[in-house]
Amino acid sequence: MATLELRGVRKTYGTGEVVKGVDLSIKDREFVVFVGPSGCGKSTLLRMIAGLEEISAGELLIDGVRANEIPPDERELAMVFQSYALYPHMTVAGNMGFALKMAGKPKAEIAAKVAQAARILQLEALLDRRPKMLSGGQRQRVAIGRAIVRNPKCFLFDEPLSNLDAALRVQMRTEIAKLHQELEATMVYVTHDQVEAMTMADRIVVLNGGRVEQVGAPLELYRNPASKFVAGFIGSPRMNMLEVAVAGHDGAAVRLTLPGGESLAVPARDALVKTGARVTLGLRPESLNLADDGALRGKVEVVEHLGAEMLVHVRTPQDDLLIIKAPDEARIHPNQTVGIGINPARSCLFGEDGLALILRVDALA
Amino acid sequence: MQRSFLSRLTGLAAWFAALLIAFPIIWMLVTAFKTERAAIAVPPLLIFKPVLGSFAAATAQTGYLSFALNSIIVSLGATLFAVIIAFPAAYAMAFRPGRHTQGLLIWMLSTKMLPPVGALVPVYLIYRDVGLLDTRTGLIILNMLMNLPLVIWMLFSFFKDIPAAILEAALVDGVNTRQQMQHLLLPLAAPGIASTALLSIILAWNESFWSINLTAAHAGTLAAFITRFSQPEGLFWAKLSAASVLAVAPVLLFGSLTQRHLVRGLTFGAVK
Repeated sequence: MATLELRGVRKTYGTGEVVKGVDLSIKDREFVVFVGPSGCGKSTLLRMIAGLEEISAGELLIDGVRANEIPPDERELAMVFQSYALYPHMTVAGNMGFALKMAGKPKAEIAAKVAQAARILQLEALLDRRPKMLSGGQRQRVAIGRAIVRNPKCFLFDEPLSNLDAALRVQMRTEIAKLHQELEATMVYVTHDQVEAMTMADRIVVLNGGRVEQVGAPLELYRNPASKFVAGFIGSPRMNMLEVAVAGHDGAAVRLTLPGGESLAVPARDALVKTGARVTLGLRPESLNLADDGALRGKVEVVEHLGAEMLVHVRTPQDDLLIIKAPDEARIHPNQTVGIGINPARSCLFGEDGLALILRVDALA
Repeated sequence: MQRSFLSRLTGLAAWFAALLIAFPIIWMLVTAFKTERAAIAVPPLLIFKPVLGSFAAATAQTGYLSFALNSIIVSLGATLFAVIIAFPAAYAMAFRPGRHTQGLLIWMLSTKMLPPVGALVPVYLIYRDVGLLDTRTGLIILNMLMNLPLVIWMLFSFFKDIPAAILEAALVDGVNTRQQMQHLLLPLAAPGIASTALLSIILAWNESFWSINLTAAHAGTLAAFITRFSQPEGLFWAKLSAASVLAVAPVLLFGSLTQRHLVRGLTFGAVK
């Protein structure tokens, strides 16, 4: 239905810059998620697309047309707010049909569109209720319904699930993903929850301090983070980070010296590292395993049993904390000393500037 | 036991304070039903035969009804225009604040600190030249201007209590500013607008300075009506009291009927 393009978009308040030049192209029918810690500018960016915030510099194009000066009520977008922002004095049907009524659409058409949206969102039984009488999940569905009836060019979601409890959040997550497939609409979704980003997005835009850290498909970001920040933000539990030294490298691998003096070879093509450089080795919890003959040893601090798997927090003698994801078994206890094996195939290396040193070609293979 | 005694004592003190505050009004009410002779008796008479003569005298010669009508027209008119002007002003300040909004709000309130008598001569001369002396229009304009800062402030704080996201949602949904005001802001802020209007009506009704100084026979309000009874030939306490009762009774009745609204309006947002 619509493409969005951001060209060097900036937002300044007084002397402070909140969004520091964002370039992004969103394709038709794409589900793009803006994710980042609070204050990273993701909501501001969304509000600039909606027209609720002025664009200080740069250009926004909707369907290839410059939209900076188009007022929000003429952009033909729809937005779902964190607080739902329902009209408290109107019924569910009134809420959903309000925009159409204001646009002067005939009553029969409004009723048909409201009925259709209500069917999609299972709100048929609630059409005569006021927002006050609805649960959080129902309110959220009404807010989405209000967006659907207008058949907008693009849906904008501003942390729509953060006011819901955990179980409902998981359910709504799949409902929104399903909705995206059904409506074949372009959607831009803002969240601080990387799980939401990973599960819903076609592409994730990771923002930090007003800048784009990385744009990519969820698995691409997970396996091949462009920076230490992205590596730490995407994935739960976090990626383990170890400060290591480069012992040497040849065409196929980089040899590293681990904090305890152990040696590890990481396969890497064209690694941009010098012998002797201090780098950060990033290891996903699933790249580590419990092995008596492993390269590292450490003392178990906590064991989190998740049923199918467990998370073992291990403190090394060098005081590094490593989290290991392993098949759940009862034999691991706190204060026990364990050996840790490393699978270097999926490891990441970051330079002192926090940027990835190896861009692996096999990232998505 | 101890506690109930204390609370009874507090209650007693409250009653005493309330009586003290209400005493002038009560005494005025009592005096209005006395004869002129009984009204000036020393020591004051507490037991007397109530008569309605003062009311008859106060209304017979003076055209009470036309003064009352002026009061109604002026207070309603001033309030209507003040709300009409303040509504979009408060909207802009609450939802599209600019760099100077805060300063503007403070400045508006500061105009209430100017003593009206300081503006009397210029206003009088302007009104004389444009022919607004002794007209209801002139009084409506003045009362409207005087109440405007307060009305804008009150509407502003009511609007502030409405989540901005509601209007933003409508805006993104293609609802224009006029429609937002009419279909969202007006119904959502209706209780606040009502209590603002009530307060403005009461203030305009009670306004006496301009009414006394700028009107004569034609556009005088009930405030001007009362002053007719403290004329050079001497004070007539009973008639003055009767006239005062007639002047304050409507607004007193109006106030007590709408009290709940007023209190809610004035404390709105304070406890949230």
